[in-house]
Amino acid sequence: MAIEFLYYEDCPSHDVALERLQTIMAEEGIHADINIIKVETEDQAQRLKFVGSPTIRIGGQDIVPVPANAHYSLTCRAYRLDDGRISPLPSPDMIRRALREHIASV
Amino acid sequence: MANLKPGDQAIPFSLPGVDGKTYALADYSDKNAVAVIFTCNHCPYAQAWEGRLIQAQADYADKGVQILAINANDATTHPGDSFEAMQQRAQEKGFNFPYLHDESQEIARAYGAERTPEIFLFDKNGKLQYHGAPDDNYEDPNAVQHAWFRDAIDAVLAGQTPAVTTTEPKGCTIKWKQPA
Repeated sequence: MAIEFLYYEDCPSHDVALERLQTIMAEEGIHADINIIKVETEDQAQRLKFVGSPTIRIGGQDIVPVPANAHYSLTCRAYRLDDGRISPLPSPDMIRRALREHIASV
Repeated sequence: MANLKPGDQAIPFSLPGVDGKTYALADYSDKNAVAVIFTCNHCPYAQAWEGRLIQAQADYADKGVQILAINANDATTHPGDSFEAMQQRAQEKGFNFPYLHDESQEIARAYGAERTPEIFLFDKNGKLQYHGAPDDNYEDPNAVQHAWFRDAIDAVLAGQTPAVTTTEPKGCTIKWKQPA
């Protein structure tokens, strides 16, 4: 399973997000390396189609669908939680759902 | 790093608001407390805390407390923080405080603000009493254990020094304009 974690240093809490991903993977019994990518320039953000920090991709797919007209840049990312609140981090449930959906699809 | 420490005097400013009016800090010299909050549209931390700031203004307005929100982000690199977008957000979210545009970023630099949101709370004498984050939990308002901003307001209204005068602001960096 290809798992990528992309982050921007100036956006806080990426360490919390990575730890959250690692915890959920452990709970789900998923043993896979995480490709941790530090996005440092706007050019790199464009090349990587980086919509904001943190971004988690499983099997090449973002855990939250990204609109076709998304803006790529060095920025923090806003996640809409299941209850409608905005958070700088994906919730554990969002990560868990994405992992399970990927496993079910392969 | 902030250019003000607890006890320092507020730095004056006069900035345009999303309603077309100009707002000066001096206009609020009759208030018991003024919170100058550097914030913006796009930052998820600002968005996560936004409702709590609106609630704080609602709860403390009749006690002579005034929030003044300032967006200093470069709209060139972050179009979601343009003045037009500010106007839209203020209306959609029902901002009950002035939302001001620091287009030149002069005020943000003068204050030494670095993050959004970042709070500078001043007492009725214009002295800084609290600087930092709204509380200790950007993700979940129901899980807040330390409501630093509210606690500081309560202390200031009681004529006391807040128990906590400084916390580390948590949020996106202010998007500075790059030299041409």
